Amino acid sequence: MTVKVSLTVNGKPASAEVEERTLLVNFIRDNLRLTGTHVGCDTAQCGACTIHMNGRAVKSCNMLAMQAEGADILTIEGVAKPDGTLHPMQEAFRQHHGLQCGFCTPGMVMSAIDLVKNHPNPTEDQIREQLDGNLCRCTGYHNIVKAIKAASQTMGR
Amino acid sequence: MGATPYIGASIKRKEDYRFLTGAGNYTDDVALPGQSYACFVRSPHAHAKIKSIKKDKALKAPGVVAIFTGEDLAEAKVGGLPCGWLITDIGGQPMKEPPHPCLAQGKVRHVGDQVAVVIAETAGQARDAAELVKVDYEELPAVVRAGEARKKGAPVVHDIAPDNTCYVWGLGDKAAVDKAFAGAAHVTTLEFINNRLIPNAIEPRAANAAYSRSDESYTLYVSNQNPHVERLLMTAFVLGLPEHKVRVIAPDVGGGFGSKIYLYAEDVTLTWAAKKVNRPIKWTAERSESFLSDAHGRDHVTKAELAMDRDGKFLAMRVTTTANMGAYLSTFASCIPTILYATLLAGQYTTPVIYAEVTAVFTNTAPVDAYRGAGRPEATYVVERLVETAAREMKMNPAEIRRKNFIKTFPYQTPVALLYDTGNYEATLAEALKVADVAGFPGRKAEAARRGKLRGLGYACYIEACGIAPSNVAGALGARAGLFEAAEVRVHPTGKITVFTGSHAHGQGHETTFAQVVADRLGIPLEDVDIVHGDTGKVLFGMGTYGSRSIAVGGAAIVKAVDKIVAKGKKIAAHLMEAAEADIEFKDGAFVVKGTDKKKAFAEVSLAAYVPHNYPLDKLEPGLNENAFYDPANFTFPAGSHICEVEVDPDTGNVRVVNFTAIDDFGKIINPMIVEGQVHGGLTQGIGQALTEGCHYDKDSGQLVTGSYLDYCIPRADDVPNFKVGTKETPCTHNPLGVKGCGEAGAIGAPAAVMNALTDALGMRDIEMPATPQRIWRACQDMKKAA
Repeated sequence: MTVKVSLTVNGKPASAEVEERTLLVNFIRDNLRLTGTHVGCDTAQCGACTIHMNGRAVKSCNMLAMQAEGADILTIEGVAKPDGTLHPMQEAFRQHHGLQCGFCTPGMVMSAIDLVKNHPNPTEDQIREQLDGNLCRCTGYHNIVKAIKAASQTMGR
Repeated sequence: MGATPYIGASIKRKEDYRFLTGAGNYTDDVALPGQSYACFVRSPHAHAKIKSIKKDKALKAPGVVAIFTGEDLAEAKVGGLPCGWLITDIGGQPMKEPPHPCLAQGKVRHVGDQVAVVIAETAGQARDAAELVKVDYEELPAVVRAGEARKKGAPVVHDIAPDNTCYVWGLGDKAAVDKAFAGAAHVTTLEFINNRLIPNAIEPRAANAAYSRSDESYTLYVSNQNPHVERLLMTAFVLGLPEHKVRVIAPDVGGGFGSKIYLYAEDVTLTWAAKKVNRPIKWTAERSESFLSDAHGRDHVTKAELAMDRDGKFLAMRVTTTANMGAYLSTFASCIPTILYATLLAGQYTTPVIYAEVTAVFTNTAPVDAYRGAGRPEATYVVERLVETAAREMKMNPAEIRRKNFIKTFPYQTPVALLYDTGNYEATLAEALKVADVAGFPGRKAEAARRGKLRGLGYACYIEACGIAPSNVAGALGARAGLFEAAEVRVHPTGKITVFTGSHAHGQGHETTFAQVVADRLGIPLEDVDIVHGDTGKVLFGMGTYGSRSIAVGGAAIVKAVDKIVAKGKKIAAHLMEAAEADIEFKDGAFVVKGTDKKKAFAEVSLAAYVPHNYPLDKLEPGLNENAFYDPANFTFPAGSHICEVEVDPDTGNVRVVNFTAIDDFGKIINPMIVEGQVHGGLTQGIGQALTEGCHYDKDSGQLVTGSYLDYCIPRADDVPNFKVGTKETPCTHNPLGVKGCGEAGAIGAPAAVMNALTDALGMRDIEMPATPQRIWRACQDMKKAA
C-alpha cells in the first residue's frame, strides 16, 4: 500500500507517493534526494538523522514519513542562508574544527541549534549532557563542545 | 618556504563547507540509474553446517531480481578473500590460511556470516525476500574465546587447522631472556585480556556496483580506506577480472578507523553480481550488520613479565599472547598481533632483551583485524601496565622508573627489530608532568577523599611505529603488498594545481593539510591547490590510508612530485630569461635569476609549458605534470606521554576521567588544529576501550550480545573530559617533511593511562577492561569485604 505524503521542507512544498512503511529519513534522502541527513544506526541512538520538525529537533529514522504529513521540516540543506552564508552554528563548527569525517555533522548541527534554542547560555556540562543523543566517533566531542559554546554567544545576535 | 607560511598554521579545513551544508557525497548518497538493492542473508548461528538453501519462495516475492548463494559463486569460480600478510611460524611453516568464501560454502563460522544475497527493486523488497530464503542448518558447538580455542575437545572452526591454530610465532632471543630472568632481583608479572572492540565508524559500510556492457567495465562505489588495494585484491585474487576494467571509487567516507581497509565479501559479491543482473546493485549495512560483520579489533589474552635489577633498571621482558583471529583471516589480520605488536614491546625503554611468543587462533567470531592503533595499543598496554605496576612494587615514583630506563641516544636499535631514528622521551614526560599538574595531585586526592571519592593518577609513555616500510623489508617479513605511496601533481596552464594522492581521507583533513604542503612549497595561494583522492579512475595508484601513514608516506610522495615540478620549472625559466639553469632559484612563488631582479612567476612558467612558443622543445617536453612514488627508508616513531586522572565513586562504581593530558611528539606539525583533533578522537576511543567498550560473544551460543548501541557503548559527550594536549617536535630524520603521523596515538596511549589511573585510585593490581561501573562497584565491594 502506498500513501501520499505532503509537507514543507526547507520552506518549499514537497510531496511524494510512498510505501506506508517508509521512514521519514528515507523519504528525505530517497524521494527528495536531500542526502545531507544521514542514517548511522537505524535505531534512534546515533542522531545522524536529526532534523527539525515544526521547530523541534527529531530523529527522522524513528518515525514514518506519513507521521510528518503537513509538517514544517528543516534539514541541514536549509540551514545556511540562501546566499550560502553559514548559520552561526555551522560557522562555529568550522572555526573550532568540530567535525572530521562529516558523517555525524548534519545531525550534530541540527541538535546543537535546538540545544542553544532551549539553553541560550549553556554550560559545558549542559552541552555534554544534551548531546547524549548524538554520537561522534572522530572528534572526541572536545571541539564540538567548544563550537556549541561559541555559537551560543553568536546565535541570534 | 616562501611568503605563505601555511605549514604550521591552523588553517580551517577546505572540506568543511560541504560537510556542514549537507553536500558531502558518501557511498549511500550515490544513486545510479536503474539501481537495484541487495540484502544479505546472514547466519543466525555461530557454527553450523548448511544442509540446504531453498530460495524458490523468495524468488517469487515482489520485486526480486535475483538470489545468489555460495554455490553460484563456486560455479563461477569466484575465489575466496585473500590475506595480505604471510606469517611464518616458529617451526618455519607458513600460517594456516583457510578459505574465506564470499558466500558460505557448506558451513557458517560466525553469527553474521554471509549465506546468500537477495537483489530486488527496492531495499524493502530485498529485505522482505531475504526473510523467505529458507536455510536448513545443522548447528555445531562453537568456540568464541581466544583462551579456549586450543583446549582439548574445542570445536574445530576449519578442518585444515584441527587445533584452531593459525600460527605460533616468536620474536627475540628466548635463551637470553630466560637467563636474564633467572638472575633478576625483581620480576613483575601481569596477566590480562586486551578487550575485543568493534570499530563503529558512524557511516556504515556501503557499496554500489555497476557493470557497463558498452566497454565491459565495472565501477564500484564503496566506503573504503584504500580503493586501489581493494581493486588489486579483488581483480587479481578473487574475481580474476582485468584490473584496468574495474574502477573503484571511495567518495566521502564517514570514518574508518581501520575497519574499512579490508576487502569485504559484500564488495566482491556485488561487483560480480552487477554483471549477472546487468544493473547497478546498492547495499548499505544496517548498524546491526556492522556490529556482526565489520572486522573487529584487539582481543588478546596475555601474560607479561618484566625483570629488573634492585634499582628498577629493566633487564628483560617476556610476553606470551594468544590473539583471536575470528573465523577467517581478514586482509591484514595476521600481521597485527605480530609485526605491529611484538616489535613495539621495547616501548621507550632500553630493556636489553625481549622475547614475545604469539599464538593466533581461529574462533567462531567475526574476523579481527587492524583497528585504530592495531597492535600498538596492545603493546603499549603490556609495557605501560607492567612498568607502572613495577614502580608500585618497587616503591618507586612512576615517572622516575621511566626516566631511569628511557632511551636517550638515537638512532637506537631495539632487541625487537626496530631502529628508532629519533625521539626525546624526557621532554614529553617533563611537559606532561607540568601540564597535568602532577605536583598538585596529592592535594586533589585529599580533597576528593573528603567527598568520599577515590582519585588516581596513571601514566602511559607510548611508542608508535607508523608508515610500515621499506617495502622490501616488509616483503621479507611476509607482506604481500608494497608499502609506498604515489602522487601526481598536475599543474594547469594558469598555474592552478590538482594533486592526485593515493592516500585516502575519511576525516583526517588531507584536502587541507596536503594543500598546505604544496602551496607552501610552491609559494602560491592555498585556494590554487586542490587535492583529489579515492578514485582509481583518477589517481595513478595508491596504497591508501592506515597506520597513521598518510602525511609521512603520502605527503612525502607529493613533496617528491612537487620538487620535480620545480626542477622542470627551472629549466623552462632559464630558457625564458636566457640564463643558465644553475643560476635559477625558486623563491616565494617565482623563478629568479640569482643576484638579479629578473624573475618569472610560477604561473608564467606553467603557461609557457602549455603554450610552448618560446620553449626549448628540442630539449624539454611541453607540459608541467609529474608523478612520484615514495617508499620510506624506515618507519616513523611518534611517541608521547599521557597522564590520566580519574575519580571513582566507590558507592556507585561510577568513574570519571577528570583530567587527561597528552603531550606527543609527531615530528613536524603541518596543521596543529587538525593534529589536535586527531588526538582528541584517538584519546576518546582509547578511553572507550578502557571504560565503556567491550565486545561480548556468549560463550555457549556464540551469539553477539553487544550488537547495538544499547549494549556496546561508544563514548558519548559526557563520558570524556576536555583534553589538555600539546606537542614537542623532534623531526623525523628520513622523510622530507620531518613528519611522523598522529592518527592513532591517542588510542594507543589512553587505555594504559586510564587503567593505571584507575588501579591507582582503587589500590588494586588489576581490573578488567572495560572497567564499567558494575565491575568497579564489584571490586569496591570485594575490597570492603576483604578489609
